[in-house]
Amino acid sequence: MLRFVLSRLISLGLSLVVASLVIFTVIEVIPGDPAAFMLGLNAAPDTVAALREELGLSGSYLSRYLAWAFGMLTGDFGTSYTYRVPVADLVGARLWVSLPLTIYALILSTLIAVPVGVLAAARRGGPADFGIMGATQMGIAIPNFWFAMLLVLIFAVKLRWFGAGGFPGWDRGIWVSLKALTLPAVALALPQASILARVMRSSLIETLGQDYMRTARAKGLTQRQAVLGHALRNALIPVMTIIGLQFSFLLAGAIIIENVFFLPGLGRLIFQGITQRDLIVVESVVMLLVFAVILVTFLVDLAYAVIDPRLRRAT
Amino acid sequence: MFTRLKTTTAALVLCASGALAQDSITIGMQLEPPNLDPTGGAAAAIDEVVYANVFEGLTRYQADGSVVPALAESWDVSEDGTVYTFHLRSGVKFHDGTDMTAEDVKFSLDRARAEDSTNAQKALFKGIASVDVVDDVTVKVTLSAPNGGFVTNMAWGDAVIVAPESIDTAATAPVGTGPFKLGRWVQGDRIELVENPDYWGNKPALKSATFKFISDPTAAFAAMMAGDIDAFPGYPAPETLAQFGADPRFQLLIGSTEGETILAMNNKSEKLADVRVREAIAHAINRQEIIDGAMFGYGTPIGTHFAPHNPDYVDLTAQSAYDPEMARNLLAEAGAENLTLTLKLPPPSYARRGGEIIASQLRAVGIETEISNLEWAQWLEQVFKGKDFDLSIVSHTEPMDINIYARPEYYFQYENPDFQALMTELDLAADPAKRSEILAAAQRMIADDYVNGFLFQLARTGVADARIRGLWPNSPTQANDLTGVSWAE
Repeated sequence: MLRFVLSRLISLGLSLVVASLVIFTVIEVIPGDPAAFMLGLNAAPDTVAALREELGLSGSYLSRYLAWAFGMLTGDFGTSYTYRVPVADLVGARLWVSLPLTIYALILSTLIAVPVGVLAAARRGGPADFGIMGATQMGIAIPNFWFAMLLVLIFAVKLRWFGAGGFPGWDRGIWVSLKALTLPAVALALPQASILARVMRSSLIETLGQDYMRTARAKGLTQRQAVLGHALRNALIPVMTIIGLQFSFLLAGAIIIENVFFLPGLGRLIFQGITQRDLIVVESVVMLLVFAVILVTFLVDLAYAVIDPRLRRAT
Repeated sequence: MFTRLKTTTAALVLCASGALAQDSITIGMQLEPPNLDPTGGAAAAIDEVVYANVFEGLTRYQADGSVVPALAESWDVSEDGTVYTFHLRSGVKFHDGTDMTAEDVKFSLDRARAEDSTNAQKALFKGIASVDVVDDVTVKVTLSAPNGGFVTNMAWGDAVIVAPESIDTAATAPVGTGPFKLGRWVQGDRIELVENPDYWGNKPALKSATFKFISDPTAAFAAMMAGDIDAFPGYPAPETLAQFGADPRFQLLIGSTEGETILAMNNKSEKLADVRVREAIAHAINRQEIIDGAMFGYGTPIGTHFAPHNPDYVDLTAQSAYDPEMARNLLAEAGAENLTLTLKLPPPSYARRGGEIIASQLRAVGIETEISNLEWAQWLEQVFKGKDFDLSIVSHTEPMDINIYARPEYYFQYENPDFQALMTELDLAADPAKRSEILAAAQRMIADDYVNGFLFQLARTGVADARIRGLWPNSPTQANDLTGVSWAE
C-alpha cells in the first residue's frame, strides 16, 4: 500500500510540474503586452517600459518561470498586474462565491436527481418514466446559459422575486447571499440533475434485476421496502462517482453562469484576467484548478485502492 | 406582544420610507476598473468611478465640456505665457484628514512627469520645466514653452492631486479630496462610495453610490429591467434602447462622447501610400449606413478627427461624401484595381459590426478586404505596435487628441511636417481666436490628406430610472460625475 501511495504521489508531482510548464508557456506565448494594454493608446514607449519594469515583466522567461513556480510552493502566487493586490487574496475572495455556488448546485442537483431517478426506475415503462426521460433529455440539451437567461427574465424581470444577478457578500447575511446564488445554482444544476437522474435510473434498474432483490422480496419485504432498503444503497455507488466528477465540472462550468449573473467568482476572475492580460492571475488560477483536479483524481485513486485490493498490486 | 409587533412594523415602514427618499444610487458599468489610481493607468473605468467623485485636480471638466476651477481657485499667467501661478483653495482636506497644500500639488505634478512615471497621459505634463511651492496655497508652474492648453490639461483625470502618503496603496485605497470616498470594493462585483463629511465644497445630494460591474449586455438589460441598477450611462445593448424609451419607468440618456470613430488607414502601407486610394476609400464609405447598421442610428457623422460638439469643429463631411462612382474613378486613376486590404477589428461592436458593413461598401467599389477579429491585446500588439495592417476601425476616446496626427510613429503613420508645425504653433498659442484658427486649419489638413476614413462621433447611450436628475448626457471626459445627481420626488 505504501509503495502504491508513493508512486501515486510521484506521478502527482510530475503532473503538476508538467502542467505548470504548459500553462506558463502557453500563456506567455499569447501575444499582448500587459503593460501596453494597461496604458492605452496615448502612452509613450518609455512609459510602457517603466511599467514593464515595475511589474517584473522584463526578466528572462526562465527566471520568471522559476520565480513563479517556487513562489507558488511557498503559497505566494504573485501580485495581480491590474488589481495590484496578491493573487492569493483575489482567489481567496472569489472562492467564497464559486465554492458555495458549486456546492449549492450540487446539492440541488442531487436532491432533484435521486428521487426523480428512483421514481423513473420504479415506474419503468410507465407514463412517469416516459415523462422523466423526455424532460431529462431536454435538460441535457438546453445550454445552461440560455436557461439562466430564461430564469432571469421570468424571476427577476417579470416577477421580481430575485435580483438579476450580483452578490451582496456573506457579511450582508447568509439568506441574502443564498438568495442571490439561487438562480445561478438552479441554472447550473439543471443539466447536471438531468444526467444524474438518468444514471440513477439505469443504475437502479440494473440493481433491481439482481438476485438479492428477489431474495429480499421472497423474505417478505414490499417492493417499496426492498427498493429503499436494499436496491437504492447499491445503486448509489455509480451515482456517487458521477457526483464526484460533477464537482470539478461545476466549478469550471460556472464561468459562463457567473458572467450571466455577474457574480464575482473564480470563473469571472479568469475571464477578466484573460481580457485584461492579467497573465499572472490567469496562470495561477488555472494552476490552482489543475491542482484541484489532480488532487481529486489522486484521492479517488486511493479510495478505489482501499476498496479493491487488486489495484494496490497492479502498480 | 402586540405592541412589540406594532413597533417592529412601524420601524420597518420607517426604514422603507427612508429608502424611498433616495439618497443613494447604483450605477452600472460594463468594465471594472483594474485599480483606482487614475494617475497610474489608462483604463477608462478608473476615471468613470473616481473622476470628480473621489479625486479632483487643479481644474475640472463640466458636463458641457468647459473647464472650470476646482482645487485651484484662480490662476495668473505670466506675460509670456510660460509661468502659471495657481492660487489653491484653503481648507481642503484629503480623505485621510491631512490638509491639501501646495506641497501636494508639487508632489503630484512632479510624480506624473518623472522619468519612471507610469502615467498613461505623460504628454500632458511634458511641457512643465519646474513646479515651485510659493506658500501653502500658492504654487508656481513654469513651462518650457507657452502652452495655451495647459489649464485644460490639468482638468484630465490623469492630472488629479494625490496625497503623497497614500501613493503606495493608491491602487486599492484611493485618497483624494472629492465629495465621496471609497467605502469598500468587492472586487469583481462592485465599488461603494460614501459621503465625505469634510468636503470643502457644496455637498452632493447623494449620501452614497454603488458602481456595479456587468459586462454581459443581456445581463445589463436584465439588471436594468429588474431594478437592480438605477442608471447605466454606458449601456452596452443599444438594440434594447427603444424598449426602455417606451417604458415610462426609464429615461434615455443620449449624448456625445469624445470618441472619434475612424477607419484607420496605414499611411505607410504600400497599397495606401497613394492619397488617391485613401480618397477613394473615403468616398466609398456611406457613414449613415454604418451608423444605422452598427450603432442603431446613434452617432454623428464626422469629416475630420474632431468632436462635433466642440465649438471649433469644422464640418467637412461633404468633402468625403458617399460617392462610389468617384471612388471607382479615383482607384482607376491611381492604377489600384483589384486591391485586397487587411481589415483588423478590435472587439467593440462598432468595429465588428461596422467592419462588416465597410467591407461590403468597399467591395461595391472593387476593393476586397480580409477581415480578422482581434482581442484588444492582440490589436495593440499587431496594429498599434506592430503596424501590421491596412485598415482598422477604432474609436479614439481621448478628448482633443488631434495632435496624434503629429506623431509619425503613431500607428496610422501619417507624416506631414506641415501638420507637425501646426501643432507646435498650437502649443505656443494662448489667444483663443488664434487657437481656433489653427485647429480649423489642422482639421482641414488631415481631411485634405484623407489620412483616415472619418466615420462618426461615438454616441453615449445610457439608460436611467426616470426619476434621476443630473447625470451627464455627454461625456467630455471619461467620468460619471455624481456631484450634481439627485432623485426627483
